[in-house]
Amino acid sequence: MIEKTGVATIEMIKSKFPKKEVLTRPKAIIECYTEIPCNPCSTSCPFDAIYIGNDINQIPRIDFDKCTGCSSCITACPGLAIMVAMIKDGKAYFKIPYELLPLPVRGEKWTALNRYGEVLDKPCFIENVMVTKKNDRTAIVTVSIEQPYLYDFVTVGKKL
Amino acid sequence: MIKYNLKESGEDMRIDEHPILIFAKDKKIRFTFNGKEMFGYLGDTIAAALVDNGIMEFSKSVIHERPRGFYCAIGNCGSCNMTVNGVENVKTCLTLLEENMMVENDLFEVIIND
Amino acid sequence: MIEKDLVVIGGGPAGLSACKVALDAGMKVAVFERSFLLGGQLVKQTHKFFGSESQYARTRGIDIAKILIDELDNTDLEVFLNATVVGLYKDNVITVYQDSKYFKVKAKSIIIATGASEKFLAFENNDLPGIYGAGAVQTLMNIHGVLPGKEVVMVGSGNIGLIVSYQLIQAGAKVKTLIEAAGKIGGYQVHASKLKRLGVDIITNTTVKKAVGDGKLEKIITVKLDDSWNEIPGSEEDITCDALCISVGLSPMHMLLSMVEANMAYVGELGGLVPIKSCDYETSLAHVYACGDVTGIEEASSAMVEGKIAGLMAAKHAGFIHPDYEKLENELNNQLCILRQGPCGEKIRCGLKKVGEVYD
Repeated sequence: MIEKTGVATIEMIKSKFPKKEVLTRPKAIIECYTEIPCNPCSTSCPFDAIYIGNDINQIPRIDFDKCTGCSSCITACPGLAIMVAMIKDGKAYFKIPYELLPLPVRGEKWTALNRYGEVLDKPCFIENVMVTKKNDRTAIVTVSIEQPYLYDFVTVGKKL
Repeated sequence: MIKYNLKESGEDMRIDEHPILIFAKDKKIRFTFNGKEMFGYLGDTIAAALVDNGIMEFSKSVIHERPRGFYCAIGNCGSCNMTVNGVENVKTCLTLLEENMMVENDLFEVIIND
Repeated sequence: MIEKDLVVIGGGPAGLSACKVALDAGMKVAVFERSFLLGGQLVKQTHKFFGSESQYARTRGIDIAKILIDELDNTDLEVFLNATVVGLYKDNVITVYQDSKYFKVKAKSIIIATGASEKFLAFENNDLPGIYGAGAVQTLMNIHGVLPGKEVVMVGSGNIGLIVSYQLIQAGAKVKTLIEAAGKIGGYQVHASKLKRLGVDIITNTTVKKAVGDGKLEKIITVKLDDSWNEIPGSEEDITCDALCISVGLSPMHMLLSMVEANMAYVGELGGLVPIKSCDYETSLAHVYACGDVTGIEEASSAMVEGKIAGLMAAKHAGFIHPDYEKLENELNNQLCILRQGPCGEKIRCGLKKVGEVYD
């Protein structure tokens, strides 16, 4: 269905996440499901955790042992398809790429959206917003939301 | 004479804030469209300034006189051709706006030899 | 008459890349550009590019344009802006129209890098003001900061349709929906996902039946298509909108090559009429080369690589050997192979095969 709607199935989404035990540390979730000629995620990784190889059409493979969740790949990905996820104290933390205005501000409460663009039942909290020159106008927004939304949350909608 | 749907002010379609781009709005430029005073910015094409001023109709088709708008923006389609400072058939999508420019719909008669 | 070693027609990614390599090889080069600025369609591409580092991946198109233009600073390149090449003749002479005057230029070699224009879609009232090419909308909003409308519908889910829809949202417009006549999304999945998560529905098997409005667009009527692309009666729906963007593909701008009777072929996979060219990018006319979208519609990444190859080859055949000729030739051809390797490259590989190029 992804080729008809642009939304991956829950199985596809889960296949991009590591086991929950691993998510006690931040890890990059690369939602790149189809082969396209592109490799900045791999070349931007300071830990060689993302492998694509000479044929840049290959789907990136991530080694969660090497990934530190440093978020370099988040702003390197031209498809805005990478986020960093972590679980801590019953909450899911995400770092997401954000290229819209207005930018969220730390401390605000925003609606949380799933991959269909639907508003989730619970809001998310803006933990941090990072805008750096290196990230070239792609902001990295850190949000927290209740852990059951780990596989649902994808981006923030509107300020509440 | 064609009746034009003119909004009172420009700036209507101007983007205020953009996450990636900054639009220089350094210098306001006055021009007239069919005699009516309008404003755009330095760096605008005539077409962009007109769209911002709510002008949708740039020309009319030759035979059926159907209204035609801005379409391709690369000087290919001819829909945006207008008379500028008395010169007919100017591609307004590729022509930069200048102070006191007189922009008019092409009003010359087209003769078609079928 | 102006005389040059090389004339490049078109100052977009392919043309500028060709200029750079040919200048490095020692040619005297002039570039002719119809618009008032160099960079072609890169100047409005606000998104980060795909590809690999050699094609400036993860750099925004607007910044790639700057890089290509900056590389040409302090060179002997002669740049003609607002200059439309209106004639190409068999003795390697071109006629240029600039500032209400015509003049001629003679060159040892000519590179055609004229790019492409947007295709149109046939439906009732498709000429109503408010109906735009998607690329035109991108120009309007990303170069001039002016929105085409407040509520927009996009037709076509190729990369341009998906990207421009996202950029409309970034610019503050509402994208009501994106419709696609085929049964699946045409562009990259990541672009589609980006739109969908912002609540834009991508509706497949649907097209525009009719535009409605008095002097300007007020609404469109869509209709569902069956698997054989026939309209399904009774499936019509109204969508109010003040702008409709047409993004149904591009056609190579072959006119100069056609007027000089170069060998051409109509290849659907490449977008339309394209020149038959040798592996050195030479058309059937001696010393006339072609590169970029005019030889087949692809991404700007490929156009830049093709431009470099065309520059390299045009120089070589005119007796100017680039100092890194062999290294560049290998590298560039390898880059193209890689860009065209995956499933996204299947269409272009198939098209190129029809004009005699082989990618395995």
